[in-house]
Amino acid sequence: MNKKAHTLLLALMLAVFSILTGCSSSEETNGDTKKTIKFMHLWPAGSAKQQNKILTDIIKQYETDHKDIKVEVEVLDNEQYKNKIKVLSSSNELPDVGFTWAAGYLEPFVKGELFAPLDDVLDGGLKESFVAGTTEAYAIEGKTYGLPLELNIAPIYYNKSIFAKYNLEVPETYEEFETIVKTLAAKGVAPIALGNKDRWTGSLWYMYLADRIGGSEVLTKAIDRTGSFEDPALKTAAEKIQNLVDEKGFIKGFNGLSNDEGKSEFMNEKAAMYLMGSWELPNFTTNEEIAQEFKDNIGYFKFPVVEGGKGDINSWVGGPGVGMFVSENSKVKDDAKDFVKFFVEKWGEQSVTDAGVIPATKVDTAKVDLPKFYIDVLTDLNNASNLTLFADVQMSASVAETHLNLIQSLFGKEVTPDDYVKQHEEALSKE
Amino acid sequence: MNNVMSNKKIIAIYVLPALVLILALIYVPIVLTGYYGLMKWDGIGKMDFIGLTNYTTLIKDPKFWGSAYHSFLLALFSAISLIGYLLISIILAGKIKGADFFRKIYLIPMLLASVAIAQLWLKIYHPTNGILNNLLTSLGVENTPEWLADPKIALFAIFIPIIWQYAGFYILIYYAALKNIPETLIEAAKIDGASAWQIAVKIKLPLIMNVIKVTIVLAVVGSLKYFDLIYVMTGGGPNGSSEVMASYMYHQAFRGFDFGYGSAIGFFLLIICLVVTWVITKLTASDEDANY
Repeated sequence: MNKKAHTLLLALMLAVFSILTGCSSSEETNGDTKKTIKFMHLWPAGSAKQQNKILTDIIKQYETDHKDIKVEVEVLDNEQYKNKIKVLSSSNELPDVGFTWAAGYLEPFVKGELFAPLDDVLDGGLKESFVAGTTEAYAIEGKTYGLPLELNIAPIYYNKSIFAKYNLEVPETYEEFETIVKTLAAKGVAPIALGNKDRWTGSLWYMYLADRIGGSEVLTKAIDRTGSFEDPALKTAAEKIQNLVDEKGFIKGFNGLSNDEGKSEFMNEKAAMYLMGSWELPNFTTNEEIAQEFKDNIGYFKFPVVEGGKGDINSWVGGPGVGMFVSENSKVKDDAKDFVKFFVEKWGEQSVTDAGVIPATKVDTAKVDLPKFYIDVLTDLNNASNLTLFADVQMSASVAETHLNLIQSLFGKEVTPDDYVKQHEEALSKE
Repeated sequence: MNNVMSNKKIIAIYVLPALVLILALIYVPIVLTGYYGLMKWDGIGKMDFIGLTNYTTLIKDPKFWGSAYHSFLLALFSAISLIGYLLISIILAGKIKGADFFRKIYLIPMLLASVAIAQLWLKIYHPTNGILNNLLTSLGVENTPEWLADPKIALFAIFIPIIWQYAGFYILIYYAALKNIPETLIEAAKIDGASAWQIAVKIKLPLIMNVIKVTIVLAVVGSLKYFDLIYVMTGGGPNGSSEVMASYMYHQAFRGFDFGYGSAIGFFLLIICLVVTWVITKLTASDEDANY
C-alpha cells in the first residue's frame, strides 16, 4: 500500500510539474513580446570568478535598460567551449552572441559566413577606444568580425616565499632561470606548474624560447610561410624544452593534467612558477575567494633572455584574447549588435576597476585605484616591443592540431627536436 | 486478437511510426555520413566533391590504424574480462551469503555518469595527490608512475575504469540468465553426483550460451566505438597514445575542422563494427539453441 501511495504521489508530482513548466513557457512566448538574445561565453563562476561577476552585472544593466530584451546565457569552460562552438556552427545553430579568438581561428567562420561584420558597431567612436592593433587581429579582408575584450601578455608568475626560502632571485637570463629550476628540483620542490593535457599551455613555453633565441619574427614567419620552421632557432628552442623536462622543471605528470589541474599546484603553493596569460591577474589581485596572504606572495617576471639569442626581454607572447562575435544568421542581429556595443563599453570600464582584467580598450590608470601588481603588468604591456599572438591561434585549425600534438610529444620526449621541426614544416607547407 | 495480427494494414500502421523514426534518425544519417566522406568540407563553408580521396587517405593513415589498434585492444580486454564477470555471477547465483549485497555493489558504477567516473578516476590517477600514487609511495615505491601522462601506460590506465564501469551490467545479465535455469536440472545433477565445477561447466554454461554470445557482441562492438572516458580523461593524449577510433574521428572533424575526413572515419568505423559483429556471430554459431 505504502509503495503504491509513493508511486501515485510521484506521478502526481510529475503531472503538476509538467503543467507548471508548460504554463511558464507559454507565458513567455504569449504574454509579452520579449526578444531573447542567446549569449554563450567561457567564464564559469568557478575558474573565472571576477570575469563572470562583471559579465552577469553588465547583462543585468542591459536588461534593465532594455525592458524588451532578455539575455539568455550559456557558460562552458575553455576547452568545452571550443568544441561546442564548432558543433553548433556545423549545424548552423550559433548563439546570437558569443566569444571567438582572433586570426587563423576566426577564418573558417568568416569564410562560412557565420559571423556578422561589426564595422558599423565600431563606427561612431567605439573604434578609437580600442588599443591600436587589437581589433585588427579580428579583421579579415578589411572587415572586423570580432570585438576583443582582453589584451593579454603572458608573464611567469612566481611564488616569492618559495623563492625566498631557497635564496633565489628573479632571473634575468635563461642560464639563471635554469639554475633556479635545478636548485628547486634538487630540493624536491616542483619548479614549474604546467597542465599540458590542454597543449596550448606547453606551446607558450615553446613560443617564448623561440622568440628569445630567434627573435620576435622567427615563429610568425614560419607560420605565414615567409620563413621556414626548419630555422635553427626553432630547433634549438625545441632542444631547450627537452632540457627543461630532463631537469625536472615541470610538475610530475604534466602531460596528463589539464591547465586547471596544473594551475592548482601553483595556487596550492606546491609549485614555484607558472607561465600564463594576464587573464589570471584577478586571482592574484581582486578575487576575494583567494587568501590575501597567497596573493601577496605572488610576483611575476618577464621571460628571461637567452644568451646569444636575438630576442628582447620586452617581447611578449600575448595579444588580444577572446572577442565577441555576432552571428550572421541571428534573428535579432541588430539587438545583438547593440548588446555587444553596450557590453564592450561597460566591460572597458568595469573590468579594470572590479576585476583587474586588462581590457582591449584603453585604460586610464590615473582615474582608478588599482593594485600595484596590475599597474606593473599594464605598464609592461604598454612598453612591449612586440606581441606574438598564440601560435595555435595564428595557425589554421588542422595545422594547429598538428602543432599542439607535436608540443605534447616534444614535452613527453617522444619526438626529437629534428623531427619536431620537420613535421611542423610538412604540415605548414601542405596548406 | 488473432484477427488484428493477421490484418496486414493494421500491422503496417503499428509498425510505421517506429520504422519512420528509425529510418530518419539512424539510417539516413548513416548514408549522409558516407556521403560527407566524399567531400572536402570544413563543416561550415562550401562542400567540394573529391570522390574517394578521404577513404584512400584513411587507409594509408598510420594515426588512424594506431587508434584502430587501441580500439581492438580495448575490445580484446573487454572480451577477456567477460570471463571474470561470468565467474563472479556464477558465484553470486549460487547460494552464498550476502549475494544480494555484492550484486548491488557491482552494479553501483553503472549508475554513475561516465563523466563522473572520469572525474573520479582522474583523482585516483593524479600523479602527486592521487590515492593510487599515495598508496604506492607509502609502500615504498620511489618512482611512481605518471598514469595518464606516460604514453606507455595511459591507454591501459583508462581500460581499468572502463571495465570497472561495465562490470555491473554484464554481471547483472549473467546473473539473470543463470537464475533462469530451472532448479530441477541442477538438483538432478547433484543427485547424480556432479561437482560444483561440473555443474557450472557442463550445465550452466551451455544453457546460457546464447546470453554469452550477446554479451560478447555487446562488449566488442561497444569497445570499438568507445569514446567518453577517453575523451574526458586524456583527450586521446599524450600525443595519440590513448586515441581510439571514435576520438580520432572527433578530433579530425571538430578540432582539425575536417568534417569530410571525420565522416569518412565514422563510416569506416560503422563498417568495421558490422564486420566484427558478423564474424563473432559466425564464430559462435551453434547448431541449435538450448532448450530447457
